[in-house]
Amino acid sequence: MKHHDEAFIRQLDLMAVKIRKHIIEMLYRAKSGHPGGSLSAVEAIVTLYFHHMRHNPQDPNDPNRDRFILSKGHAAPTLYAALAESGYFDVEELLHLRQINSMLQGHPVCTHIPGVEASTGSLGHGLSFANGVALAGKLDKKDYRVYVMVGDGETDEGQIWEAAAAASHYKLDNLTAFLDRNFLQIDGNTEDVLRLESIQERWRAFGWHVLEIDGHDIEAIIDALLMDSEQKNQPKMIILNTVKGKGVSFMENNIDFHGVPPNEMEYKLAMKELTLVERALEASL
Amino acid sequence: MTIKQMANPRDAYGETLVSLGERYQNIVVLDADLSKSTKTILFAKKFPDRFFEMGIAEANMISTAAGLASCGKTAFASTFAVFATGRVYDQIRMDVAYSNTNVKIFATHGGISVGKDGASHQMIEDIALMRVLPNMTVLAPSDASETRRLVELMATTPGPMYARIGRANAPVLYTSDEVEDIAIGKGIITREGSDVSIIACGTMVDQAIDAAARLSKRGVSARVVDMHTIKPLDERLVLKCVKDTKAMVTVEEHSIIGGLGGAVSEVLAEHQSKTRFQRIGVQDMFCESGEPDELFEKYKLSAKHIAKTITTLLK
Ligand SMILES: Cc1ncc(C[n+]2csc(CCOP(=O)(O)OP(=O)(O)O)c2C)c(N)n1
Ligand SMILES: [Mg+2]
Repeated sequence: MKHHDEAFIRQLDLMAVKIRKHIIEMLYRAKSGHPGGSLSAVEAIVTLYFHHMRHNPQDPNDPNRDRFILSKGHAAPTLYAALAESGYFDVEELLHLRQINSMLQGHPVCTHIPGVEASTGSLGHGLSFANGVALAGKLDKKDYRVYVMVGDGETDEGQIWEAAAAASHYKLDNLTAFLDRNFLQIDGNTEDVLRLESIQERWRAFGWHVLEIDGHDIEAIIDALLMDSEQKNQPKMIILNTVKGKGVSFMENNIDFHGVPPNEMEYKLAMKELTLVERALEASL
Repeated sequence: MTIKQMANPRDAYGETLVSLGERYQNIVVLDADLSKSTKTILFAKKFPDRFFEMGIAEANMISTAAGLASCGKTAFASTFAVFATGRVYDQIRMDVAYSNTNVKIFATHGGISVGKDGASHQMIEDIALMRVLPNMTVLAPSDASETRRLVELMATTPGPMYARIGRANAPVLYTSDEVEDIAIGKGIITREGSDVSIIACGTMVDQAIDAAARLSKRGVSARVVDMHTIKPLDERLVLKCVKDTKAMVTVEEHSIIGGLGGAVSEVLAEHQSKTRFQRIGVQDMFCESGEPDELFEKYKLSAKHIAKTITTLLK
């Protein structure tokens, strides 16, 4: 494990809390949307946008940029908050999520929103799309990297496995996938709905380089991402062990918060919890 | 104005599945990780052996349903309209329509009134997609009681069928007596009128009835037809409307291309109809996130807009 500047990691942790507050605020105002899967995805997305990826919010279409594709499109609030905090658009926009005449649609749409690479929301497409972007990078001899995040329930979809086969067949070593392994989907625990284990072995059998880490440990995410360059010719899968609803006590591992926003009381409680964590982090800096 | 009694057609679907399950041993139900939303969960709880949770794998669900049907089961497969049709078109085409299997695809969350999830989830092409498939019957019930009746008929009438309902509660339009007369392939005149015929389906029947009330205040007498079966289309009723009234509109929570409006246009054109006619629906575009009412307003599907369109048409 590489040694990271402690203060820098704390800054990223702080950004993660900030993003979580945005998520709660957005979903509360929108009165709809998906808290659970948005909250579990935070650390990986923060690490990409605020540390690891080469990107320029002033030039969202830079042909040499690294790309991130959110295949589990219902976690749009996390992506939107990261884009806004990066400077792709005004943070104020976040307050209009899911409202009529606003830019921020319930699910990501690449034609309307600066920084959004792919229109998602119908699960199962994003990995194939990412393969296409990675293939284009090879064809054009560009050194950009492609990142994609899929949900664990999402890997029920056959298309995910078609894409898994294609990525290793085409030796897409410029592609890194995250699997948000929170063990929940809508109808229940992933293992009750449609067994996924052993998920590591599955991806290995499809020819991927597989790592499994704590998906809320930013240092571990950075390390896992850096291992890219050491692996030749293989796409990489980073399995993120996460908690659905992470960061808000009563949403954690609570399936009822898959697609239901906080009511007023829950909103206040969630913001209070997150603000406490935020203060403690600030004090530690 | 009388206060409308509201009920959710999704609940009606789930409850009817349970009563069908009690009556018929060969009914099986499949869902793709949305059983709480489609309400197949009611069947799952009552008949766990005859319920198959397929996970987020719609293509697999449809072909599996076809396999079950080929062995004598009546297989209901449910998910949101967007995932129940476009995503699995080839599976439906080969294993359901072409193979003529007894698969009943019952989709919820059709149309733009899905609301805030946005255009990705607002299915406005499903009726068109299903209508072009040989052997396929296409239904769009307008309220909870009609849903109940049509689900029963789906179970007892052999062959591939597709039905779609919306997400939201809907006013109850039919009494239990009236429901008895509902039959696949026969439109219902829910309100008589002599100037214009409004042929509507699904969630838009209620808007059409409201539009007719608005028009009557302006001295325009509007007939409202609930065309719950888009295929086979009740051509006789369409032609009767051509004869009885001076103008006609279709109203649907669907693209104006290929759905109810498309089907009625085909009948009018082939009968050399000179009747003034307009399709009301979603124009050739994707919509956006928003409250259902706001979307109906902005995309001109509200009763107010329907009445306005008709007034212009009659000028
Ligand atoms: C093709 C498709 N089928 C169904 C849905 C409805 N849906 C939205 S989220 C979800 C569950 C996703 O579970 P998972 O991938 O584990 O996401 P997370 O737990 O991270 O929220 C489902 C079934 C969808 N969006 N797309
Ligand atoms: Mg999950």
